[in-house]
Amino acid sequence: MFETAKRRQPLWLLAELTYKCPLQCPYCSNPLDFAAAGQELTTEQWIDVFRQARKMGAAQLGFSGGEPLVRQDLEILIAEARRLGYYTNLITSGIGLNAQRIAHFHDAGLDHIQVSFQASDEEVNQMLSGSAKAFAQKLKMAREVKAQGYPMVLNFVTHRHNIDQIDRIIELCVELEADYVELATCQYYGWAFENREALLPTRAQLERAERITNEYRERLAAQGHPIKLIFVTPDYYEERPKKCMNGWGELFLTVTPDGTALPCHSARMLPLTFPNVKDHSLSHIWNDSEGFNYFRGKGWMKEPCRSCDEQDDDLGGCRCQAYMLTGDMHNADPVCSKSEHHSLILEARLAAEADVSATAMTFRNERNSRVFLKG
Amino acid sequence: MNAAVPAINRMFRLQWEEAQDAWVLLYPEGMVQLNASAAEILTRVDGKKTITEIQTELLTKYPEAEGLEQDVNDFFVHAQTLNWIRYV
Ligand code: SF4
Ligand code: SF4
Repeated sequence: MFETAKRRQPLWLLAELTYKCPLQCPYCSNPLDFAAAGQELTTEQWIDVFRQARKMGAAQLGFSGGEPLVRQDLEILIAEARRLGYYTNLITSGIGLNAQRIAHFHDAGLDHIQVSFQASDEEVNQMLSGSAKAFAQKLKMAREVKAQGYPMVLNFVTHRHNIDQIDRIIELCVELEADYVELATCQYYGWAFENREALLPTRAQLERAERITNEYRERLAAQGHPIKLIFVTPDYYEERPKKCMNGWGELFLTVTPDGTALPCHSARMLPLTFPNVKDHSLSHIWNDSEGFNYFRGKGWMKEPCRSCDEQDDDLGGCRCQAYMLTGDMHNADPVCSKSEHHSLILEARLAAEADVSATAMTFRNERNSRVFLKG
Repeated sequence: MNAAVPAINRMFRLQWEEAQDAWVLLYPEGMVQLNASAAEILTRVDGKKTITEIQTELLTKYPEAEGLEQDVNDFFVHAQTLNWIRYV
């Protein structure tokens, strides 16, 4: 979404304020061992991070989590971020939100709210979020966000259990007057990887959903409707990988609840050392730390990437996916058909064709997290 | 004469970015860096001035510029398709 970024600057700062969350989505991208995360940064520590990043050029600030609403100082953080000149984005499940809080955030200068949905269907939604009242609450909050004049992005994570309802999802978004709609198939990192079998849609499901989205896009555009529908295909159905975060350490900077700085919210899974904002200045972290420099440029590449003429298009793809699937983070992302491990992706596609309705899903909660810790 | 009065849409915020040495338009989770001429035009959009008034200001500042009026008109057509502006 960033056009013309010339210098290497952390333009996008993602502040993961807390790993606490009242929901338990099986595709959560939080680390599997989140129960072991250390002490959360204090209000002052966060504000210091915002100040440093802003000086280095950061213009977008995302408040996420977990559920950022759990942080009682959220309003203070928003106000300070806005004062520093950030465009401030709140990325929330809507649980813990109410009209009054939305109004307070508005006064504090919040620019935009993104509400994440799991499905347009209450039942599927409840099954996936592990909460009964969640769906009604989200709808109510989405209406309130618009009523108070915010731009609104609705994010629907799609997967095999809800992707067939894409038409209802789109209609719901139109009715809720969303400005942007992200229809993103979940990426298989973190919790989603554990649940991949139960989540990956079939190719037929995916093609149908994309066709329907295109039809809506044309129809809505013809009506002069300003809504923007963004459909993200899962890379499992591509032959070339996605470029890692637009280049490792090029644009994105994530700070986790305990202050660990990452080039992407998933990168903590890699066998690298990532610096903490409690120990180092952001400029040291961004410019000089091993974690941020490791996958910059192309010197780290192995074959087939090293001699590939498409290097600059995807930079070898996602390092985390390479690591998760092949055990070596320097390998080509197996999504690439040139990768010797590409068969892993083909097998997953095949498995998606089989009936997995009986595959049990692992829900993200503290108890399960502890199980992963031991394992 | 073009008496239409453009305003920047609520979704976007126009801002000078020191670190990029440029004007940018910020919007939910994104940003566009503006080139010099787009910035000259957009920084004059305030929900009060008409397009003609904006053109006059620019002509005063850049009397040598050829085809400036047409460029401004084209810019506003483009900006509207991108949803950057609306008319008040
Ligand atoms: S071989 Fe590597 S660099 Fe080439 S297209 Fe595949 S992932 Fe990209
Ligand atoms: S490789 Fe890059 S894009 Fe992929 S999850 Fe890791 S850091 Fe993010």
